[in-house]
Amino acid sequence: MTGSVGAPAERREGREKVSGTARYAAEFHSPGRAQAWPVPSRVARGRVTGVDTAAALAVPGVIAVLTHENAPRLAEPDDPTLALLQNARVPHRGWFVALVVAETLEAARAGAAAVRVTYDAEEHDVTLTASHPGVYVPEEANGGHPAVREQGDPDGAFGSSAARVDVAYRVPPLHNHPMEPHTSTARWEDGTLTVHTSSQGTGAVRAVLAGLFGLSRDRIVVTAEHVGGGFGSKGTPRPDVVLAAMAARETGRPVTVALPRRFLPAVVGHRAPTLHRLRLGAETDGRLVSLVHEVTTHTSRIKEFVEQAAVPARVMYAAPHTRTVHRVAALDVPSPSWMRAPGEAPGMYALESAMDELATELGIDPVELRVRNEPDVEPDSGRPFSSRHLVECLREGARRFGWTGRDPRPGVRRDGPLLLGTGVAAATYPVMVGPSTATARALPGGSFLVRINATDIGTGARTVLAQVGADALGVPLERIRIEVGSTELPSAPLAGGSSGTASWGWAVHDACAGLARRLAGHVGTLPGQGLEFRADTTGAADAESDFARHAFGAHFAEVAVDTVTGEVRVGRLLGVYAAGRILNARTARSQFVGGMTMGLGMALTEGSTMDAAFGDFTESDLASYHVPVHADVAGIEAHWLDEEDSRLNPMGSKGIGEIGIVGTAAAIGNAVHHATGVRLRELPLTPDRVLTGLLGRRT
Amino acid sequence: MKEFAYVRAGSVEEATSAYASHTGARYLAGGTNLVDLMKLGVEAPAALIDVTRLPLDTVEELPGGALRVGAMVRNSDLAAHPLVRDRYPALSQAVFAGASGQLRNAATTGGNLLQRTRCPYFQDLSKPCNKREPGSGCGARDGVHRDHAVLGHSAHCIATHPSDMAVALTALDGRVELAGPEGARSVAAADFHRLPGDRPEQDTEIRPGELVTGVVLPAATAGLPSAYRKARDRASYAFALASVAVVLRLEDGVVGHAGVAFGALAHRPWRARRAEEALLGAAPTRAAFEHAADLELDAAQPLRDNAYKVPLARNLAVDVLSRLTDTALTGRAS
Repeated sequence: MTGSVGAPAERREGREKVSGTARYAAEFHSPGRAQAWPVPSRVARGRVTGVDTAAALAVPGVIAVLTHENAPRLAEPDDPTLALLQNARVPHRGWFVALVVAETLEAARAGAAAVRVTYDAEEHDVTLTASHPGVYVPEEANGGHPAVREQGDPDGAFGSSAARVDVAYRVPPLHNHPMEPHTSTARWEDGTLTVHTSSQGTGAVRAVLAGLFGLSRDRIVVTAEHVGGGFGSKGTPRPDVVLAAMAARETGRPVTVALPRRFLPAVVGHRAPTLHRLRLGAETDGRLVSLVHEVTTHTSRIKEFVEQAAVPARVMYAAPHTRTVHRVAALDVPSPSWMRAPGEAPGMYALESAMDELATELGIDPVELRVRNEPDVEPDSGRPFSSRHLVECLREGARRFGWTGRDPRPGVRRDGPLLLGTGVAAATYPVMVGPSTATARALPGGSFLVRINATDIGTGARTVLAQVGADALGVPLERIRIEVGSTELPSAPLAGGSSGTASWGWAVHDACAGLARRLAGHVGTLPGQGLEFRADTTGAADAESDFARHAFGAHFAEVAVDTVTGEVRVGRLLGVYAAGRILNARTARSQFVGGMTMGLGMALTEGSTMDAAFGDFTESDLASYHVPVHADVAGIEAHWLDEEDSRLNPMGSKGIGEIGIVGTAAAIGNAVHHATGVRLRELPLTPDRVLTGLLGRRT
Repeated sequence: MKEFAYVRAGSVEEATSAYASHTGARYLAGGTNLVDLMKLGVEAPAALIDVTRLPLDTVEELPGGALRVGAMVRNSDLAAHPLVRDRYPALSQAVFAGASGQLRNAATTGGNLLQRTRCPYFQDLSKPCNKREPGSGCGARDGVHRDHAVLGHSAHCIATHPSDMAVALTALDGRVELAGPEGARSVAAADFHRLPGDRPEQDTEIRPGELVTGVVLPAATAGLPSAYRKARDRASYAFALASVAVVLRLEDGVVGHAGVAFGALAHRPWRARRAEEALLGAAPTRAAFEHAADLELDAAQPLRDNAYKVPLARNLAVDVLSRLTDTALTGRAS
């Protein structure tokens, strides 16, 4: 072993990115390329009764206007959000009802403004409440989790518990808003479709396009060389790629569809709002007797997506009586989808806030309360954990943060107008892994070429896979070349569910280890084309495990709440993770810190407001959808334990892309309570809410 | 896109005459707001008269001790200027509190005054807005309006003016200098922006073709203790939820001069005349500050979701008045 794995290797594409030479999906210029601009629906529910394209077609430079009346017919997609321009139905405001293709972006936009659409509008309903008459219990929640799980007699046990917490929390709709909006460039040549797209996985894009256009997969090439973030919203093909392919076929021109930021909130998914009711019943020593987590959320009229926010309660704490329930109402809203740690992020916000309330109720230190409820096996399944070091994360975090000796009394630490407090919350994220293929080739010059259709969405996948390959081959990192981001490469799953590195790394490891064995048996010089080994982890990576496999973590936050304004500033945020073996200290830290920063946004600044009258999200740019800025992030630290777990994959790694967001919002919310004595149960904790809470405290 | 003429003016006269000869013209300075509005379709000028080359890019002392800031002085330069920082700290603080470093480098003093509201309905062509399209209605009144006005709004419009700088200018008794087809004139900063009434499309008292050439900060408020404070959703690059600029002079243990203006509460920077009158001659106590703020905010008419702005503005005013008093009494910034 050369010891590449674990080293803080620099991103291989870093120079290209900072010098602007890395090419993104909109930047694949080819002769005759046209630009397209979609026309969003102005009603939230109804039918298109007419599309007058005359004025648009008269705009100089406009080549074509696609509508549901003239667009190519597509096969029925599995994902109904991709059935674009196929019928007159409008399922939500912002749904695309036409596409203008033009010589330039400016002409396309002007053409889109000139399209006249008439609607037969119907009454819409976009307002979620826990008592909405349309609420139902689905068969399952996202990820295939059963909607309902119950053990024992949770209601009876709750009723007879010595200490009880019965509280409701609300997490608003949230949007992924990656830096690079969703974009695709498509070109048809001799019946072959070539697509450059901004996606977390080109394999899925190719499969969907093949189905929609009735093509065999070998007639389609999809690449995603560089991707400016996705956070889940690029985990599935989005309207841009379907529209680009349609428009390119219809016009015979290469076509780019670069969605404007303002259109994203309606068409590329969002984290659905979640209404939580938590009931915790405990003994006076803090041991949970009953745990009930019930979640109500929304989905669209065309696609059922149920944020699995009660699922982490099946993993976290030992309680003999439990119930976890998901309910959903289908409203005239855009279709929700994955956003960084779907389920865990909002679910752990609620659960970990309720645990803090229980700690306060019982007068038990919140770290200690969690330690006392540490389960021996996964509570819901009864399976043993492959590894679980939550207690160690809590203890290590408490040590690093200086938690010991914390005064538990809320609302008593002042620094002038500031109220100071600290909070803690646990984090968890499941280990996911999927089958993948990869090839490794030894080249005559002494270098090695690793090929795999992994997608580097900004995480450093190229770099870490090269590290895995270098160690498996026993050669220095510089000798590994790597190609990712194209369906021309050996097939591999998407970058999602924090599973990419585990899935791809396993295949790269196997390919390189296999090649090393082959080389060991090879005598003489290499043939001109080199020597190759192909690995396929099917059957291994997707084998059922007898173990419950999850990463865990602990978050600590220190906040100052300004009693003049209600502004909350996070002075320190500290995370400690047990996530298996960390493969690249530099890019891993970046992942953790990025997740924590996003969690800070979830806690304090981010939220999308559904406009009940119009049926759309009000915040549609980065001036109004407030992701944290540098000034919001004062001190942030990520640490990890050296966790060894041989029941994962050859690298011993767990996913790290999402766990950083999971406990952050609760830790900050708990710190705000500790600072102020006010328990705010709706995110984000903006000054209007905090100040109103502070004023209520005084009266 | 809609084609437009582009004229680069070399002098104020060239600019105003170019404006006069192009129907539907707009002056273009830093472009940080106008260009965005053009992309959104809110603005579709027939001509852009580029005024960035006008010789209005200096900060100069006038005889008698006033300070003139040219309309083309960039926000970053204004905020960092030693004379501004020294004599009118509220103005420097207000400009630094706005936007981001990149935007402040591009935005100009004149453009800052003339920026439009960030009301989401104003920026969305698919929704009604009386300011953008008179008579179309107001989507915000019964819609999403947490950020909107609590003072001086009308049935037609509840938008707020987004500038931080203008709030400080108002409290400092600044004046806005204008040049137009009928010559030059100046307007008090406090009177430059309008309340919406039944003409919300008219943000300011500027007349057709007039150009902001500069702002003048008077000698009377030079060197007085002043400060600006802004509450916002994130620590930078966010518009105010509420803000306040205060200029305070104590004489013989009582308030000798008070200039107080609120931001983000109304369609214009809100000069708090009632509060100022109550403060004049009063002992600088917290109780007096609270009383003055309450007198002013008594006129507030909050909407469904923005009642928080009233206690927020009150807190900000009391806090800044108290801090300035401490500074004046102890000679040190607190």
